Amino acid sequence: MSDQPARVITPTTVPVAQLASVGLSYGATRALESVSIDVPSGCLVGLIGPDGVGKSTLLSLVAGARVIQDGHVEVLGGDMADTAHRRRTCPRIAYMPQGLGKNLYPTLSVFENVDFFGRLFGHGKRERERRIGELLQRTDLAPFADRPVGKLSGGMKQKLGLCCALIHDPDLLILDEPTTGIDPLSRRQFWQLIADIRADHPGMSVVVSTAYMEEAALFDLLVAMDAGRVLATGTPQDLLNRTNTTTLDDAFIALLPEEKRRGHKEVIIPPRPAEDGQEVAIEAEQLTMRFDDFTAVDHVSFRITRGEIFGFLGSNGCGKTTTMKMLTGLLPATSGTARLFGREVDPTDMAVRRCVGYMSQTFSLYSELTVRQNLDLHARLFSLPPDAIPARVNEMAQRFDLTDVMEAFPDALPLGIRQRLSLAVAMIHSPEMLILDEPTSGVDPIARDSFWQILSDLSRKDNVTIFVSTHFMNEAERCDRIALMHAGKVLVSDTPAAIVKRRAAATLEEAFVAYLEDVTGTKGGRSTSAGPAISAEPGRIPVPSRGAERRRQFFDLRRMMAYALREALELRRDPIRAALATLGSIVLMFVMAYGLNLDVDNLSFAVLDRDDTTISRDYTLQIAGSRYFTEKAPIADYADLDRRMRSGELSLAIEIPPGFARDLERGRKVEVGAWIDGAMPTRAETVRGYVQGMHADWLMKEARELLGRRAAVGDFQLELRYRYNPSVESLVAMAPAVIPLLLLMIPAMLAVLSVVREKELGSIINFYVTPVTRLEFLTGKQLPYVGIGLLNALLLAAFAVVIFRVPFTGSFLTFMLAALLYVSATTGMGLVISSLTKSQIAAMFATALLTMIPATQYSGLIDPVSSLQGAGAVIGRIYPTTYFVTIARGTFSKALGFADLWRELVPLLIAIPVLLGAGAALLRKQAN
Amino acid sequence: MRLANILKLGIKELRSLARDPMMLVLIIYAFSMSIYTGANALPETLNRAAIAVVDEDQSPASSRIITAFNPPYFSIPKLITQSEMDRRMDAGIDTFALDIPPNFQRDLLARKSPTIQLNVDATRISQAFTGAGYVQSIVTSEVSEFLKRYRSAASLPIDLSLRARFNQELKKAWFGAISHFMSNITMLSIVLTGAALIREREHGTIEHLLVMPVTPFEIMVSKIWSMGLVVLAASALSLMFVIHGLLAVPIEGSFALFMAGTTLYLFATASLGIFLATQAGSMPQFGLLLMLALLPLQVLSGTLTPRESMPELIRYVMLAAPNTHFVMMAQSILFRGAGLDVVWPQFAALFAIGAILFMFSLRRFRQFLK
Repeated sequence: MSDQPARVITPTTVPVAQLASVGLSYGATRALESVSIDVPSGCLVGLIGPDGVGKSTLLSLVAGARVIQDGHVEVLGGDMADTAHRRRTCPRIAYMPQGLGKNLYPTLSVFENVDFFGRLFGHGKRERERRIGELLQRTDLAPFADRPVGKLSGGMKQKLGLCCALIHDPDLLILDEPTTGIDPLSRRQFWQLIADIRADHPGMSVVVSTAYMEEAALFDLLVAMDAGRVLATGTPQDLLNRTNTTTLDDAFIALLPEEKRRGHKEVIIPPRPAEDGQEVAIEAEQLTMRFDDFTAVDHVSFRITRGEIFGFLGSNGCGKTTTMKMLTGLLPATSGTARLFGREVDPTDMAVRRCVGYMSQTFSLYSELTVRQNLDLHARLFSLPPDAIPARVNEMAQRFDLTDVMEAFPDALPLGIRQRLSLAVAMIHSPEMLILDEPTSGVDPIARDSFWQILSDLSRKDNVTIFVSTHFMNEAERCDRIALMHAGKVLVSDTPAAIVKRRAAATLEEAFVAYLEDVTGTKGGRSTSAGPAISAEPGRIPVPSRGAERRRQFFDLRRMMAYALREALELRRDPIRAALATLGSIVLMFVMAYGLNLDVDNLSFAVLDRDDTTISRDYTLQIAGSRYFTEKAPIADYADLDRRMRSGELSLAIEIPPGFARDLERGRKVEVGAWIDGAMPTRAETVRGYVQGMHADWLMKEARELLGRRAAVGDFQLELRYRYNPSVESLVAMAPAVIPLLLLMIPAMLAVLSVVREKELGSIINFYVTPVTRLEFLTGKQLPYVGIGLLNALLLAAFAVVIFRVPFTGSFLTFMLAALLYVSATTGMGLVISSLTKSQIAAMFATALLTMIPATQYSGLIDPVSSLQGAGAVIGRIYPTTYFVTIARGTFSKALGFADLWRELVPLLIAIPVLLGAGAALLRKQAN
Repeated sequence: MRLANILKLGIKELRSLARDPMMLVLIIYAFSMSIYTGANALPETLNRAAIAVVDEDQSPASSRIITAFNPPYFSIPKLITQSEMDRRMDAGIDTFALDIPPNFQRDLLARKSPTIQLNVDATRISQAFTGAGYVQSIVTSEVSEFLKRYRSAASLPIDLSLRARFNQELKKAWFGAISHFMSNITMLSIVLTGAALIREREHGTIEHLLVMPVTPFEIMVSKIWSMGLVVLAASALSLMFVIHGLLAVPIEGSFALFMAGTTLYLFATASLGIFLATQAGSMPQFGLLLMLALLPLQVLSGTLTPRESMPELIRYVMLAAPNTHFVMMAQSILFRGAGLDVVWPQFAALFAIGAILFMFSLRRFRQFLK
């Protein structure tokens, strides 16, 4: 095991990164084991090795994106475990994570993406525009500056990722499999670009991991890794010499430990027997797919016979995936027909689905299930006989070398192993036909070879038809026939050898590039050599001058605004969300303020009148005549009374005893019975109050009639004066109270999801590796939603006044000031929840749970906070909504101003820093 | 065959859920702590209502009235001057202010029927009504007691015997527990199913399912049964141990019947969750739709305020919401001990709503994949 870097070729002797006995575990899996390497500065250093040997982990440690567990990582002259050093150096490091455009924002345009990164690194407007202009020019992305990233091809995304990484002129550029899943032409352009940049900026060090050995052959220094350890370090030539091999692929295989090498042998696909190729398995006829204004697949026709291996090549975004999706029935074709085994594709045809295995380009298995559970689930869904499943699962695990990771979750596995799992899943039911969309992207050479061996066996022995798309030329050469696709059209379709011959090219790759250059009319790379041209002519395009102001302070307004502006842009690109957030609140206010009626009226009641005299009927009439009660059919007997109360039909039942009128005349004591439905205590209390009042009224009236002057005229009068809402209209009382509810729930939900979404979808990595601080990140995320909240406050108040005619009597300025503080607090609550949750589901449920209940129950909306008890009272006292409800009611109904309400503003003012502080304290700046 | 798929996909959902510890913590919280706190927070009847008195009479009669206001219904009345009254009410310090005029006692004895003024802060709408009634009856009884010493007045010998059924002491904790319980069931079942579907789309896994011999029908049913089961189990445990056990709320009717009704309800809300998910393009949109749906469901279902008192239009519209029927059903079974003969219309309504939402979602399903 050689840990000695080859210093011969290093221009400087100071290493840019030094790793000393670095180790790291994911749970029980050991990803890195005592890795020690020195990465010399000014070089292009490549990490090579099979999937899952710890290349990505190593890169993320060097980038400072991940917490260091064991050992020592020193980058740019400081310890990466030291937060202060990380903060100092991170503006000098650029990190491009694995996966096509994982750290980019799909709804933002090319320019906006780069601009966002420029802001994060604190460049001024002019500086940014200059740098972006140069970078886009140089990467040929300038014509697409306004195109949303989601609509770019994979190669363009990678180039854009590089622009984003280079915007701040880093000293150390870390690229994790930058060319995986990229077509050969784009790959050439990509390496040309790196070469140009290095030529202009000789001090820059580049660390790359790659699965393409032909690329690795042109790097300055290689680090071969296996099973979390370094196997060898040296120049490509060193490795070749050491292993006595001629190609890096072979050298790499030779470097592997004996047991891993054993299974490997050259893939040789036997020729197809001549009698085959009669029955057509897949047939596309003038297949076309149009999305709005753009044609993704343009009249594509081909036939694939049973048992054939048919390769599909083409640049990223040329329509390969769309064609495959149409064949599987996932996308209905705009026109043309697709037939599988002679039957037209029908998404409801279960029988055809059972004979097809499909693997999509992006990993689309369940990350919540282990490898075994994923295999098992799919086996069952394809209705394999239950007793055969364990054996089949094990067979697939063995075939795809998954036995060691059977209990692992896909998220913890590297791309290559995940791809193998997807393949295993696609083949679990031994389908008659396989449709594989770039199945070997990111898979290491050995695994790729063994995979092709399987394909070969399937095709030749089991007569399985295989339709596969790939970017690897050596794979394309193995196909029986290939089709070359570009911009939705098939350019050529023939055997690989015939295509090479037709172009008079030396290799298939050259033929491929030649075809593409014909159609696009561009000369792809500036250099025609395959792979990176390390000795590119220097100084053609000046690299932006170094020394842009490097902001290291704790809080930088520009960085915060970078996040705020990006968030606002994303919101603007999603008009549905913006509309829901604003119009939705208005609709809600309307529904709730209109429907939430605290007047208790229209109560149902019935009478069991066992007297049935004029006087008893008069008693009943007293109740029936009030606006609070509606009389139902009289009660027949006690059983009827019981039944009707039990069903909830009656809120009140009155029983008038026999002899009521007679006893009354004689001055004997009588008793009227009243039963109230106590299921809703508040309603029951109100009913009790009403009945008592009416009983008393009736008595007084009756007494005057029966007893004449002997009866007391009302002793006194109680004059009721309802203030602030003289007619006691619920609407007037409720509208101001509903506003706080809406300004809580919607901004909080938006803020929560904005953060958790980044965590779930991966762009949180930008927060880990750029100089943005936790506080800047949080406030930046918060700002647009505070804005939406304020806009909502304004709209809601306007609607309350104009539509509901709720008078606004107090100080509007105070109301808006309070609204500002309040939405800052509510979005702050969202941020705290977001730092505690990882999944969007949990985040959403937590938000609903932690906002809706306290706000509707403990914040004085219905019961005043002063009357609450226990934990509810405590929550009510600290909950921001309580104070804003008081302010909203005060300014709307009570004609109050700042002088009367400033005390209520204080708790809101305190809540904001407390919530932000808690959110920042709970948020992690590195992956664990 | 199909059943096997539904079963297997559902188990997959359960496994996913088990992988999200935060979600499990939240579910447990929602069905224990949250209900317990909610039940105990509501004040028992009128509690410590803030009252102030302007005593311009300073007579034995007036002081008799003042001393009659006591906790727990009212706070000890604060004696204030007329000028203070407005300021205090503006600031929301007092909910009630009683103004006893000068010469009140003299006029009372002279049968001049003097007038006492009661000011009520009507923005505190829940206390305003009941509280005013209480003040009225307290003042009336004090005045008549006071007058009895001076003269005897004839009155009619009719007593009103008022009894509350099903919750005789009108304990709000009972009601609070059940209403929190119901709103958490609603919230959880909608979030779980809806978000589970959106997540499948955001992660691309649903596409994978659709190239296998699995129908949208099976996918939807599997989500409904698995997530429904989680909520059903959580609610059964919560009802038994938290509500019946810890909070000592008596359960009048049949536990099994209630669980059967809850199952139907979960079918409806889970279908609603899926329906919302098929309408939303992304998780943030779903989050907003969720709030837009949950708030009215929660507020207008009859858990917070009685249904009868809502405007007619709202009452009819809310009949389309599953909550309304669930609230009716739950109150009937749990408090009033009603049987299937009484609650069958609610059962039927829940099933119908669920079936309609399910059909709608099924139609939207392929479109949703775009």
